Amino acid sequence: MSLELLWFLVIGFAVTAYGILDGFDLGAGLLHPFFRKEQSRRIALNAVGPVWDGNEVWLVITGGALFAGFPEAYATAFSAFYVPFFLLLAALIGRAISIEFRSKEPMAWWRSFWDWSYFASSLVISLLLGVALGNLMVGLPIDSQGIYRGNGMVDMLGWFPLSVGLAVASLYAMHGSLYLLLKTEDKLFERVRALNWRALYFFYGAMALATLMLFAHHVEVVVRLWSRPAFLGFAVLAFGLSLAVPWMVGRRRYGLAFLVSALMIASLLALVFAQQFPMLIPSTLDPDGGMTLAEAASSDRTLKLLLTITAIGTPLVVLYFAFVYRVFRGPVKLDDSSY
Amino acid sequence: MDVEILSRIQFAFTVAFHYIYPPLSIGLGLLIVLAEAAWLRTKAVEWRNLTRFMIRLFALTFGLGVATGIVMEFEFGTNWAVYSRYVGDVFGSALAAEGIFAFALESGFLGVLLFGWGRVKPQWHFVSAVGVWIGSMFSAVWIVVANSWQQTPAGYHVVGEGMQARAEIVDFWAMVFNPSSVERLMHVWLGSFLAGAFLALSIAAWYLLRGQHVPVAKKLMKVALPVAFLASWAQLFSGHVAAEVVAEHQPAKLAALEGHYEADGPADMYLMGWVDQESEEVQGLAIPGGLSILLHQDPEAPVTGLNAFKPEDRPGQVNAVFQFYHLMVALGMMLIALSTWAAWSWWRGSLWDSRLLLKLLVPSVLLPQIANQAGWFAAEMGRQPWVVYNLLRTSDALSESVRAEQVLFSLVLFTLIYVVLLALFLYLMRKKILHGPHELGHPELNASNRQSAWS
Repeated sequence: MSLELLWFLVIGFAVTAYGILDGFDLGAGLLHPFFRKEQSRRIALNAVGPVWDGNEVWLVITGGALFAGFPEAYATAFSAFYVPFFLLLAALIGRAISIEFRSKEPMAWWRSFWDWSYFASSLVISLLLGVALGNLMVGLPIDSQGIYRGNGMVDMLGWFPLSVGLAVASLYAMHGSLYLLLKTEDKLFERVRALNWRALYFFYGAMALATLMLFAHHVEVVVRLWSRPAFLGFAVLAFGLSLAVPWMVGRRRYGLAFLVSALMIASLLALVFAQQFPMLIPSTLDPDGGMTLAEAASSDRTLKLLLTITAIGTPLVVLYFAFVYRVFRGPVKLDDSSY
Repeated sequence: MDVEILSRIQFAFTVAFHYIYPPLSIGLGLLIVLAEAAWLRTKAVEWRNLTRFMIRLFALTFGLGVATGIVMEFEFGTNWAVYSRYVGDVFGSALAAEGIFAFALESGFLGVLLFGWGRVKPQWHFVSAVGVWIGSMFSAVWIVVANSWQQTPAGYHVVGEGMQARAEIVDFWAMVFNPSSVERLMHVWLGSFLAGAFLALSIAAWYLLRGQHVPVAKKLMKVALPVAFLASWAQLFSGHVAAEVVAEHQPAKLAALEGHYEADGPADMYLMGWVDQESEEVQGLAIPGGLSILLHQDPEAPVTGLNAFKPEDRPGQVNAVFQFYHLMVALGMMLIALSTWAAWSWWRGSLWDSRLLLKLLVPSVLLPQIANQAGWFAAEMGRQPWVVYNLLRTSDALSESVRAEQVLFSLVLFTLIYVVLLALFLYLMRKKILHGPHELGHPELNASNRQSAWS
C-alpha cells in the first residue's frame, strides 16, 4: 500500500471520528428546542457538556492532517470554500459560546437567547458540512494546476449539495437522539424516544431526496459508482444499518442502536470517499482532470513522519477518550459544576 | 484595498485576538496545578476553594482559546493557499504533532478538570489538571516551532521553480530545532506564565483591598507571586538570548527593531524614539553604541543596518516594528519592577498592608497582555516582506482564487463576532471574579457535596 493511500485512510478515520462524535453533539443541539423545561434543557446540554470540545478536536485533526499530508488539496479546497468555511467557523464559535455562556446567568431571556443560538449554530454547521461534502462528491471547477476557477458560495448551493446538507442535519438529529437516550431517564427519556422516531423519518426522507437529486443532476457520479460495484457495498451496508437502528431501538438496545448509527455514518462516509478514489478532488471542468492523491500528497519523507507520529499518538488519544467517556458514562447527574 | 492587505489585516486581527486566551490558559494552568498540589498535600480548604475558583476562570479562557484557534487553521488554506502549498510538507509534521499530542490531551482531560469533581478521586482530578496544562504547553511548542521555521527556516530543501516551488523536509529534527525555536519557545512560555500570574495577582490584590475572600486571596498571591517574580526576571534573560538569535539570523529585522539604517556602523540602543522612514533617522533617547555593546560587548562594533538590504527586502513598517518592540521591552521592565517590589514586600512582611502596591497590581493584568501582543507584532512585522524568511514573499503567498470582497466579508463578519466575544469574555470574567471563590458553608456547594465522592 502506498504511503499516500495510508495517510488517506488516516484522514478518513479522522473524518469518520469527527462525523460520529461531533455528530451526536450537533444532533443534541438540533433537538435542543424540542425540550421545553429548563431542567430538561440543562440535562440535554450537560449530556454533551464534558465531551463536545474533545469531539470538535477531530475537526482540527482532520484539517491539520489534510494540510500536512495533502497540502495541495488543503490549499485548493479551503480557498474554494472561502465563504462557506468562514460561515462554518462563525457557527462553530457560536456553538462554543452558546454552550459556555448559557448557564452563566439565570435570566430567562439570556437562557432562551443562547438556547436559540445553540440550535441555530448547530443547524448551520450541519448544513454547511453537508453542502461541502455534496460539492466534494460531485467535484469542484479546478484547472489542471489544481487552482479553483469557480464563483464560490453561489456555485455551491446546487440542489444536490443542499439536499446532502439536509440529510446530514437529519442524520445528526437522529444520531444525537440515540446518544441522549443513553444519557436521560424517566419522562425526558420518553420525550427523546419520540423525537428519535421523528428524526428517523426525516432522515429517510432526506436520504431519498438526496439520492433523487444525485440521479437528476449528477448522473456522472452514479455512473462512477456503478462502475465500481465493490463500493456499492458501502451503500447497501449503510442502507441495512439504517434499518437496523429502529429495530434496535424497538428492542430497547440503545447502546447497540448508537453503535449501529455510528457504523452507518462510517459507511456513508466511506461511500463518499471511495466513489471518487483515487481523486481527492474531482474536477467538473475536466472529468479526467481533478486532483489525485498522488498529486496532492506531501513528500514520502513527510508522510512517513506523519505516520510515525500518528502511530505513537493514536493509542494515547484513544486512552484519553476512553478515560473521559468512562468517567461521564451513564445518565446525566446535574451538580454545581454543570452548565 | 486589495486582497493582500485585507488578508494581512484579517490574519493579524484574528491571531492577535486569539492570543489573548492561550497565554492565560497556559499561565492559569500552571497556577491550578500548583494550587491543587498544595490542596492535596495540605488538605487546607482554602487551596481547594482557590483551585475550583481558578478552574472556573480557566474554563472561560480555554473555551475562547479553542473557539478562536480553529480560525487560524482554516485561514492558512482560505487566504494563503500558495503559502500552504509551499510550507505544507514542512509544517505537516509539526501540525500533526500538535493535533495529536497537544489538542487531544488538553481537550480530553478538560472535561474531567471542569466537571469531574464529584466523579473521580482527587488524585485523578489532579492528573487531569496536569494533563490539560501539559497539553497547552505542548500546543505552544508546535505552533512556535512552525512560526520559528518561518523566521529561520532549516532542515528543508526547495523543489520546483516559481509558483511551483515547494519546501520539502529533509531533516525533521533540524526543522523542529531550527535556529530560533528553542529561544522563542522559552520567550512565549514565560510570557504566558506572566499573563496568568499577573491576572492572579490582580485578582488577589483586588480582594485584599476590598477585604473580601482574604484567606483565599493570600493563597492566590502566594502561588502567583513566585511565578511572576521568577518569570519576569527569566524573561529579561530570554529576551536577550532571543535578540541575539535575531541578530544572527534575521539582521534586517534586528535593524528595524532599533531603527538602525547605517549599513555597517555601530548601533545605538533606544529607550524610546521615533523612526522617520523618509530621512532614515531616529529621534529619541539612546544609549550610544548600546546595541553594539549588547551584541558584541564593544560600542564601536559594526551592526548590519537596513541600508545593507535592497529596499524591497526591508520591513515595510520600520517605525511600527520599532515602537512595538520598545513597548514590549518597557512593559517587561515594569513587570520586573512590580514583581520585585511585591516579592520584597512579601519577604519584609508588609505586602498585605501596602495599599499603594496592591492598587498598582490591580491594573497590572493588562501589562503582560499588551507586552505579548506587542512582541508578536514586532516579530511578525519585522519578518516582512517575507512570510517565510528569504524564501517566500508575503505578496506571493495569497490564494489565487480569493477576491477582495470575499475577504472584506469575512473580515467584517469576524470583527463583529470578536467584538461580541470580547464583551462577553470581560463581562463573565468580571462576574466570576465578583462572585469569588466558593467558601465552605455555601449552600449550593454543600448540596453537591452530599452526593460527591470528593468531599
